[in-house]
Amino acid sequence: MASIDYPLERPDIEDTGWHFAENLYRWIATVDHKKLGLMYIVSALIFLCVAGVMAVVIRLQLAFPNGHVVDPDTYDRLFTMHGTTMVFLVGMPIVAGLSNYLVPLMIGARDMAFPRLNSFGFWIFLFGGLLLYYSYIGGSGLSGAGSAPDVGWFAYAPLTTKSFSRGHSVDYWALGVLVSGFGSIASAINVIATTISLRCPGMTLSKMPMFVWVMLVDAWLILIALPPLSAGQIMLLLDRYLGANFFNTQHGGSAVLWQHIFWIFGHPEVYILIFPAFAILSELVPIFSRKPLFGRPAMVGAVVAIGFISLGVWAHHMFAVGMTSWSNTFFAASSMLVGIPTGIKIFNWTATMYGGRIRLLTPMLFCCAFLLQFLVAGLTGIMLAVAPFDWQLHDSYFVVAHFHFTLAGGLVTALFGGFYYWYPKVAGRMYNETLAKWHFWLFIIGFNLTFIPLHFAGTLGMPRRIYTYAPGRGWEIWNQLASLGALMQAAAVTLFAWNVIYSAIKGEPAGDDPWDAWTLEWGTTSPPPEYNFEKLPVVRSSRPLWDLKHPNDPDWKYE
Amino acid sequence: MAEENVLTAGALTLEQDWKMPDRGTVGIIFLIITETALFSIFVAAYLIYIGKSLVGPYPKDVLELPILATICLLSSSGTIVFAEHALEKGHLGQFKLWWIVTICLGLEFLTATGLEWRKLIVHDHLTISTNLFGTTFYSLVGLHASHVTVGMVFLLLVLAVTLFRFPIETQKRRVKFLSWYWHFVDAVWVVVFTVVYIIGR
Ligand SMILES: [Cu+2]
Repeated sequence: MASIDYPLERPDIEDTGWHFAENLYRWIATVDHKKLGLMYIVSALIFLCVAGVMAVVIRLQLAFPNGHVVDPDTYDRLFTMHGTTMVFLVGMPIVAGLSNYLVPLMIGARDMAFPRLNSFGFWIFLFGGLLLYYSYIGGSGLSGAGSAPDVGWFAYAPLTTKSFSRGHSVDYWALGVLVSGFGSIASAINVIATTISLRCPGMTLSKMPMFVWVMLVDAWLILIALPPLSAGQIMLLLDRYLGANFFNTQHGGSAVLWQHIFWIFGHPEVYILIFPAFAILSELVPIFSRKPLFGRPAMVGAVVAIGFISLGVWAHHMFAVGMTSWSNTFFAASSMLVGIPTGIKIFNWTATMYGGRIRLLTPMLFCCAFLLQFLVAGLTGIMLAVAPFDWQLHDSYFVVAHFHFTLAGGLVTALFGGFYYWYPKVAGRMYNETLAKWHFWLFIIGFNLTFIPLHFAGTLGMPRRIYTYAPGRGWEIWNQLASLGALMQAAAVTLFAWNVIYSAIKGEPAGDDPWDAWTLEWGTTSPPPEYNFEKLPVVRSSRPLWDLKHPNDPDWKYE
Repeated sequence: MAEENVLTAGALTLEQDWKMPDRGTVGIIFLIITETALFSIFVAAYLIYIGKSLVGPYPKDVLELPILATICLLSSSGTIVFAEHALEKGHLGQFKLWWIVTICLGLEFLTATGLEWRKLIVHDHLTISTNLFGTTFYSLVGLHASHVTVGMVFLLLVLAVTLFRFPIETQKRRVKFLSWYWHFVDAVWVVVFTVVYIIGR
């Protein structure tokens, strides 16, 4: 269909000076993909701080044996809300926020395919998040039991049934997450329609930036994997409100059914969460190595393969349930299979760096740290995919260390790199490199100090979710190191927040293209105007700005 | 913005030949895919719980084949296509006629479901909390019926604006998307019918 012609001068967006109410209205009523993307990311960062504070309290409680920082009930709520927040209110809006802000710019479009649906998606997500947190006030219910949910982020049945979870805390968990899931679905449909229908002339799928490819497959995974969770939550609510028997073992219902439904969502979800990191690496590593991405077709193939294989591995979370040995074998094998495309990606990023002129600026430092940490996470993942090994370490701190290596050592690390990389585009100003380097070293040392020791604590038998432990089991030293590391990470994130705010006001003007980059978002101003591009670009290769800067040696001659 | 001009220059032919799929079409297709994922979990739960009820009533005792309702719903998929074709050719009168027929068939289906539920609840004392059959039956059939209801709301909306002389011929795309959604709801019914009334009985 024909592209929409935006009038370049719009009286309604003319700058009429700084009026708080007007500005606020502009942000609330906006359907602009960049504003919505930023709102997604800012709310994700706020939730990240909230959940981070919870993590610090958890680490303080566990720093010494027989700790008394919080009582057991509060502790259960802390780890439940920490996990739920990190997955649904940090990870998911980061996916939506990054793809909202960057996908239209990278494919040379003026907005997402459905701008109003986009706005709906953001507000319903935020409403879901606030609904979840309202449980701290409204969760007690008539019987006076409970406030915030305390059933773990996976909310296993039958703990969630009415008889074991009185009050309304589980209802807030189910409804809040269900509602924020609608937002993710809306944004995923939007990303798919945008990438399929709004690419600028010349941008065939083979010339589309790798970032967009990864986010496209990510949106696909959301569409397939999130509805099972919604279905499970609807069943849970039916059980709790109408007395249905889905997970009621007294009536023949099955608690294991919930586990299946949850992990049918839950495993693809970890790929949904990590994909932004893959997307960021695929852009940053080439730019900072001054080489095109190594093995681009293999990268596309790998990400599409993950988009399908990861749908069939869920029961590796359930080896300890007592499934048949055939199921155990199948899911162990498929879990190892999904390691192959992930390995291809790691190999190709490394190969991109090989022989390149590497610029070790902060974004690239974070990418390097990602590669090492994610490799460790992948290796412990393969270990846990071996069913007998998993039986030994299931529900131990080894598992906690493993998935924090994927999500904090993988996702969050790559995200920081991405944030620094696109910061000049979004803010129009450069971040402070010295402060950023301090952030990097403090965070990376703190992270490893927290989570490497937890592998050992887990191997020594420390179970997950315990609120304290007795002295003399050899767990003390590992827990003290971990708690020290947590404080360092908190300090690092504070530096990051300060850098973001300070540089937005006082930073050096960045210019349109501070990194000498190759994708379209660097071809417009920083920050981009509301209509993104004055004229829709036409591209002939996967590195349009390279072609532009090197008219004598353009990429399209070779592609 | 000098860069932009270089970017766009010399590629006019490419620009003119550049055709992309319609975004609404893509959107509705992926909405249907995600809905399919939602239904498949409820269908799977139904299949898993077949024969697992600890107390009666059981499906074979109380369920009757909803033949008429099924015929109505499936044929409404045909009548909505006739309506679409009439709109395509500009025959507004025919469009309205077929549209109203579609609505009537949909309403007949919903009424039949309502009567069936009434019989099950009042006569057979089967509620959602009675046993696993009740739980899975009401949630799966109810999920489908709620989708029929949503479709019905949109069908009525189109009818209402048409009757108020809104130029519906400018909205052919949206009518088409609504019709796709309606086909999807019908296709889901084929699955639900097979699972609930044939396999489950
Ligand atoms: Cu998994």
